[in-house]
Amino acid sequence: MSFVYSIFVDPFVQMIGAPDLLVQTLWEGLVGGVLYALIALGFVLIFKASGVFNFAQGIMMVFAALTLVGLHEKGVPAFLALALTILVMFALALAVERVILRPLVNQPDIILFMATFGLTYVLIGLGELVFGGNPKNMITSELLLPSGSLDFKTLGGLVSLQKIDIAAAIIASLMVAVLALFFQKTRIGRALRAVADDHQAALSVGISLDQIWVIVWFTAGLVALATGIMWGARSNVSFALEIIALKALPVLILGGLTSVPGAIVGGLIIGIGEKLGEFYWGPLVGGGIESWLAYFIALAVLLFRPQGLFGEKIIERI
Amino acid sequence: MSVAAVEPATAAGETLLKVENVSLSFGGVRAIRDVSFDIRRGEIRAIIGPNGAGKTSMLNVINGFYHPQAGRITYKGATRRRMRPHQAAAQGVARTFQNVALFKGMTTLDNILTGRTLRMHKSFFWQLWRYGPALNEEIEHRKYCEEIIDFLEIERIRKEPVGRLPYGLQKRVELGRALAMQPDLLLLDEPMAGMNLEEKEDMSRFILDVNAEFGTTIALIEHDIGVVMDLSDRIVVLDYGNKIADGKPDEVRSDQKVIDAYLGVVH
Repeated sequence: MSFVYSIFVDPFVQMIGAPDLLVQTLWEGLVGGVLYALIALGFVLIFKASGVFNFAQGIMMVFAALTLVGLHEKGVPAFLALALTILVMFALALAVERVILRPLVNQPDIILFMATFGLTYVLIGLGELVFGGNPKNMITSELLLPSGSLDFKTLGGLVSLQKIDIAAAIIASLMVAVLALFFQKTRIGRALRAVADDHQAALSVGISLDQIWVIVWFTAGLVALATGIMWGARSNVSFALEIIALKALPVLILGGLTSVPGAIVGGLIIGIGEKLGEFYWGPLVGGGIESWLAYFIALAVLLFRPQGLFGEKIIERI
Repeated sequence: MSVAAVEPATAAGETLLKVENVSLSFGGVRAIRDVSFDIRRGEIRAIIGPNGAGKTSMLNVINGFYHPQAGRITYKGATRRRMRPHQAAAQGVARTFQNVALFKGMTTLDNILTGRTLRMHKSFFWQLWRYGPALNEEIEHRKYCEEIIDFLEIERIRKEPVGRLPYGLQKRVELGRALAMQPDLLLLDEPMAGMNLEEKEDMSRFILDVNAEFGTTIALIEHDIGVVMDLSDRIVVLDYGNKIADGKPDEVRSDQKVIDAYLGVVH
């Protein structure tokens, strides 16, 4: 009985008892969630346009952040380094299209998926070769991103918001909004969706597959760069960041692989869910549930809605 | 029927597309053997033949999906050996597919708007924000597509995802997407397959209207011989990859080789 009580009653009593802690936890979950959403968005972009699950998305994030910091270390001014990194991501998109996608047109999806594994290791190797393997600090202040925190004495306690988190939330929300609109309402957005649906028909209306693929991978690269800067600022820039990118998997399962709004909502649910779970329910099992709760939630969703919360219903006419 | 800005049919009778001695094979299978014919500007040209005669392969050669091993194709006066599909599209070749190749997750309107892809030029930068020039362009093309929707009488399903539509309507949406390209040459691969009589009559009317009012040259593959005879100006008959007849409907109808091919005389 006391066990049931500790699961279903006690945590809520705590929440109401200390609202400042609740707000703090919700905020941290929200920021984490927005960043998960951003990573998931990178996956969704590529999945929508080429039907490929891009395993390399996480490493693209690290690679972008590493290039930015590495260039700065070599004496390039911060904003020039940012511009150069964007160029590097564009070159990467071109190379991926030319070297990986073009020769593998019309191959089964699993082949392309395996190719993205290969890309992952190429990027890890390249990154270490050029910039070394040591963790680096993100050049936060050089990029004019704020640091420090805003403290509010409220709700009978102290709520502390990191400024970098606020900036991350704003930037990520903006990117998500722009990309969602871009995907739904523009020529290129429509062409992307068209390519994902039917290669042959897309070609027949004059869509060039090569060009679309470059655009998609470049956009995914930009998303990776933004995510890399944000995560890098919260911890530091190293290949260990890739683990965070794997958190995008449950987000994608939850939201649906093909849905931009799904990536956002999924990210928020996972971000807030794991923080709340860790803080209020974690002690029941000795803590540490943050690392697996997301996968647990995703598994539950898979049981009832295999296409995710927002994924396209699989329509099949007989 | 008020789709504006249509190029008038110029000098009907002038050759738009000329196929000369084209052969296409896949490994040991010879899909097309030394076939020649022409399509004149403004006409409705039918390609018929029994199953496996090479009709769809022929269309695929014309719009660049397949590259023939031999032969020449002259389109709008320019001869070429191979062309990529999006180049063909850029030069005014639009097509529909035998098995309906629509973008199933997208709405009717979005599907038709993809047909405008090549006519939208505003840069990636503006598109990203969907603002300024890109927005104006979007509105202008949307208007054109609404006129096509009006013409094809599919207003009711504008916002439906096409995957949910019945087959006959999907075929109509596919025609709409091709028309949105304002093509000079429209290739229709079995536009009436799987339709009931009423749907066939509607589709025939649309094809005739497109040809008459936009002056679009049409090449179509169709199995319903009655429809083909009524619709087309001239007919090419293929059998086992060979051309066995070419001419006006009446000539083709009475051709002994054609009768044999359709009745299945032993080769």
